Amino acid sequence: MNRTVALQLGTTDVERVFREVYGQAVATLIRVFGDITLAEDAVQDAFVLAIDRWRTGGIPPNPAGWIVTTARNRAIDGLRRSERGRELHEQLAVVAGTPRGRGDEWEGGGPVSDDQLRLIFTCCHPALRTEHQVALTLRLLGGLRVDEVARSFLVSESAMAKRLVRAKYKIKAARIPYRVPAEADLPGRLRSVLLVVYLIYNTGVDDSDRASLRSDAIRLGRSLVELMPDEPEAAGLLALMLLNESRMPARTAEGTLVLLRHQDRTQWDRTLIEEGQAIVRACVRRNRPGPFQLQAAIQAVHCDADSFEAIDWPRIVALYNHLLSLMPTPVVALNRAIALGETEGPAAALTELDAIAADLDTYHLMHAARGTMLRRLGQRDAAKAAFERAAQLAPTEAERRFLAQQIEELAEDGAPEQLKSGDRANHRTR
Amino acid sequence: MSQYLLSTYAVEGEVPGAPRTPEEMRTFMERVMALEAEMDASGTFVFGGALHGPDATTVVRVGDGEVVMTDGPFIEAKEHIAGFYIINADDLDAALAWAGKVVEALNHPIEVRPFRATGQVKDSMPPGA
Repeated sequence: MNRTVALQLGTTDVERVFREVYGQAVATLIRVFGDITLAEDAVQDAFVLAIDRWRTGGIPPNPAGWIVTTARNRAIDGLRRSERGRELHEQLAVVAGTPRGRGDEWEGGGPVSDDQLRLIFTCCHPALRTEHQVALTLRLLGGLRVDEVARSFLVSESAMAKRLVRAKYKIKAARIPYRVPAEADLPGRLRSVLLVVYLIYNTGVDDSDRASLRSDAIRLGRSLVELMPDEPEAAGLLALMLLNESRMPARTAEGTLVLLRHQDRTQWDRTLIEEGQAIVRACVRRNRPGPFQLQAAIQAVHCDADSFEAIDWPRIVALYNHLLSLMPTPVVALNRAIALGETEGPAAALTELDAIAADLDTYHLMHAARGTMLRRLGQRDAAKAAFERAAQLAPTEAERRFLAQQIEELAEDGAPEQLKSGDRANHRTR
Repeated sequence: MSQYLLSTYAVEGEVPGAPRTPEEMRTFMERVMALEAEMDASGTFVFGGALHGPDATTVVRVGDGEVVMTDGPFIEAKEHIAGFYIINADDLDAALAWAGKVVEALNHPIEVRPFRATGQVKDSMPPGA
């Protein structure tokens, strides 16, 4: 009864606070108790108490501290009472007697940040499969409830619960450590952390039903920058997400994908662009480039232009050249080829695309890029075939609609010669 | 301290990447012996070795109240364990670091699997297991 009233009174405030403090509280309690499930249960108990207490007494000035202290005390009480926990509790008393083990030093910021950092590396350990890394990261660091994580990945709550149980089982059974990796292993391990966060972001881009994953990913990205201020790639990832996010309002119109060329730039979010570009400038000053920083720099150049014609394509091609040297993947080569289409023309781009066509045969964007270049060259039949193949492979409705529109426009295009000059004119004036 | 099983698999009796020529065999043995010496010196090595093939296997089971023996193997599969190490390691990262060295020496993939419990003879029982 009381809980129902509480939920009505301050659900949004309490939920917001819960989500904000969940990751901090769980991370700290995992250090104290050395067990993820125990820590989660304790935090859950503290949240139930909080709903009751905060309803009458209001949200305390330091909700994270309240949750950590309450959860810790309740967990210790529970352990004392249980037969199984008695021995563990005796060990804990030793740990809890030291300042680092009490779990109530969150106020200083330092140790709590360290706890979260350790937890990130545990959740994103390469010995866990990617889908488990993603689920754990959203649950333990993002503070999403199991049903929310489940909805984000289009699986049932029970399937997601099983997935999380399996992942936690492996962490415990195989003794995946709860610590920041050694210096020598850090670059590789950090990369897998950043990739998990970027994967979460892109899952939210591909599907508008899961758009909230984008804000979850950005929130995680901000934490990573706070936790690792000396890692330029963490900053690069945050800038990349912010700059991509700034253009999201203009990216679709009436459920159809809108090409960069046709986007209404007044819809772009200037605040996000300014924040993203400031981070990119700081990265450039730091001069320790990496794949995420370069991708962010490319997006920063795009966001600089107030029209499609004003885009500094030579600068973008140069950045792609640099990126390709660090990350020689077919997808980077594809994006470089598209940029090359703007500096060297569609024939040069098509030559580059042919070189990666076999590698990316099942990737819709490769076929869409081929279609675009073939169209600009006036090869209507080949362009149509490429767009059709792209449409078959496209994962989202917005993209399929866009590609169908391209095929329609091809039919409306005049004779090849007219198309060619028409496209040129189009290109220049738009 | 935990213990981990590092096992290699043979596929239809062949171990991928195994040495073929006498010269390859000689350098292979040098690498393996150096690795085992390093494992031993650091207190990592518990036990290990290479196994005969599945055709040398006998299955023993209890049937109708008496112990029955049959020609093995227990699992009819293309893959069989070809050899293994049992190592001591503080946590998975430590075990994986050793696994990396083993893979470099053996030149074929291995599986790393934690022990849930170990026999209590001598000091092989990890604390807390």
